[in-house]
Amino acid sequence: MSTSLQTIGIVLAREFRGYFATPLAAIFLAVFAALSAGLAFFVTGFFDRGQADLSSFFAWHPWLFMILMPAIGMRLWAEERRSGTIELLMTLPVRTWELVTAKFLAGWAFTGVALLATTPMWFTVNYLGDPDNGVIAASYIGSWLMAGAFLALATCMSALTKNQVIAFIVATIAGFLLVMAGFDLVLATVRDWAPVGLTEMVQSLSFLSHFNRLTQGVIELPTAVFFISMIVLCLWINVQAVDLKKAQ
Amino acid sequence: MNLIEVKGLTKTFGENRAVDGVDMTVARGEVVGFLGPNGAGKSTTMKMISGFLEPDEGSAAVCGHDVQMNPIEAKRNVGYLPEGAPAYSDMVVTDFLEFVGKLRGLRGGGLKDRLADMAEQINLTEVWDQQIENLSKGYKRRVGIAQALIHDPDVLILDEPTDGLDPNQKHEMRSLIRSIAADKAIIVSTHILEEVEAVCSRAIIIAEGKVLADEAPEDLTAKMTVPNTIRVAVTSSSAEEAVSQVAAHAGKAEVEVLERLNGSTALLVKPNGRTTQPGQLASKLQRAKVEVEEIGLYRPSLEDVFRQITRPEGPR
Repeated sequence: MSTSLQTIGIVLAREFRGYFATPLAAIFLAVFAALSAGLAFFVTGFFDRGQADLSSFFAWHPWLFMILMPAIGMRLWAEERRSGTIELLMTLPVRTWELVTAKFLAGWAFTGVALLATTPMWFTVNYLGDPDNGVIAASYIGSWLMAGAFLALATCMSALTKNQVIAFIVATIAGFLLVMAGFDLVLATVRDWAPVGLTEMVQSLSFLSHFNRLTQGVIELPTAVFFISMIVLCLWINVQAVDLKKAQ
Repeated sequence: MNLIEVKGLTKTFGENRAVDGVDMTVARGEVVGFLGPNGAGKSTTMKMISGFLEPDEGSAAVCGHDVQMNPIEAKRNVGYLPEGAPAYSDMVVTDFLEFVGKLRGLRGGGLKDRLADMAEQINLTEVWDQQIENLSKGYKRRVGIAQALIHDPDVLILDEPTDGLDPNQKHEMRSLIRSIAADKAIIVSTHILEEVEAVCSRAIIIAEGKVLADEAPEDLTAKMTVPNTIRVAVTSSSAEEAVSQVAAHAGKAEVEVLERLNGSTALLVKPNGRTTQPGQLASKLQRAKVEVEEIGLYRPSLEDVFRQITRPEGPR
């Protein structure tokens, strides 16, 4: 087991550094910080609300991650296959699940950095007022968990195609459906033909309702479990997809 | 002991049977040249031995470890250069080799020593701190060789290691392969036949997924040699005259046009029982005013052998 951990650590470190080898990291961090703060300030009226909380900031996260996580995840496997490095990587004494886990964790850690880069928002509300820091902490954790689920979905799509653009589009659409699963837009298409149980199941997949519960300061175990199971499921499919598709 | 043992290896992609029951063994100290036309199944076979692809049928074992049953152990003993020498282009040479070395289980001082060895042995010192995407083709190929050798494996599988290199670089690559060959089992795929003669102790010729020949290069050419066959090159204008003269002189001899090139025609005179010395034939032709450019006993090159074996209508 220790060798698996070592392998994951080595690959994770390389992948994580890889983000900073190109301007991609800087661009991503800048875009995320600018969008998340900008939307909070100018669209949801962070100041006009007159409340010392960050709900106007976190409200945008599902929509931001829905697009930004596929942008990170799309290249993870598609690029390896396009450049042929997958052949190098998979003839080293490593297991597919170790590689899948390491690549995901590197991307997730990078997302964590992006979230940390927004903490000035947190300091600002504490300076301006007296917010419930517990709620904010829960929201950050929830946001990171949700980002992980979006990312796992995107890396999974990346393993299924050599084409990064297709991976991006399909992952974004899938992410959109999962965000909207609690809304009539999606539910109406299911409700007509599916039994109530299935409709409720689809509804329970909604990223938005799970995330909203966390941002209201309720750290619920089922919600954390929901996002973590999403991640594990996507990574499991990811492993199968890599093994199946690696040679094509 | 055979470090590589391949039995009945078969792989089908859709309708196409890329590899069809390939058997081979490679012992320590051997360098096997893996030859075949494009699409013959060379790379697919190598991918199965290195553990990248799973065979549909048959098995491959490296140092006694079955590649499918025990992939991690098998992969530990193999150094593999995939076709095109892929590498992470955004990495610096030293970081890339360190990354591969670590995944190969090297640590600390051992890793440092091996990195230093590679820099020197593979001649990478000059580009040690450069990004791989900025390297020339020759250096990229060397980086690929270095990552395959970093853990000093018993088995080395090199898919077209000299492809795209200039003549000097090719020469260097061959010297390198020869210098490390003594205590390893090496498979090198190529379609440059002089390379096989230069570095390989054995040649395996494969076409349409099947092994057609498996012998030392000199044995292969010897087998294809018909004793006393004479090769005559004459000016093309006198080729017809030459053919009739040969027929008159050498009786039952069979005359075959080998090639026409730049106004010169090469004929192959097969004796069919009666022996003729090249000298006798030469004077006979000269007396008949045939312009002989070159004459001598014919020794087929490996290239001739390769063409004979692999052309679809050729003998099997």
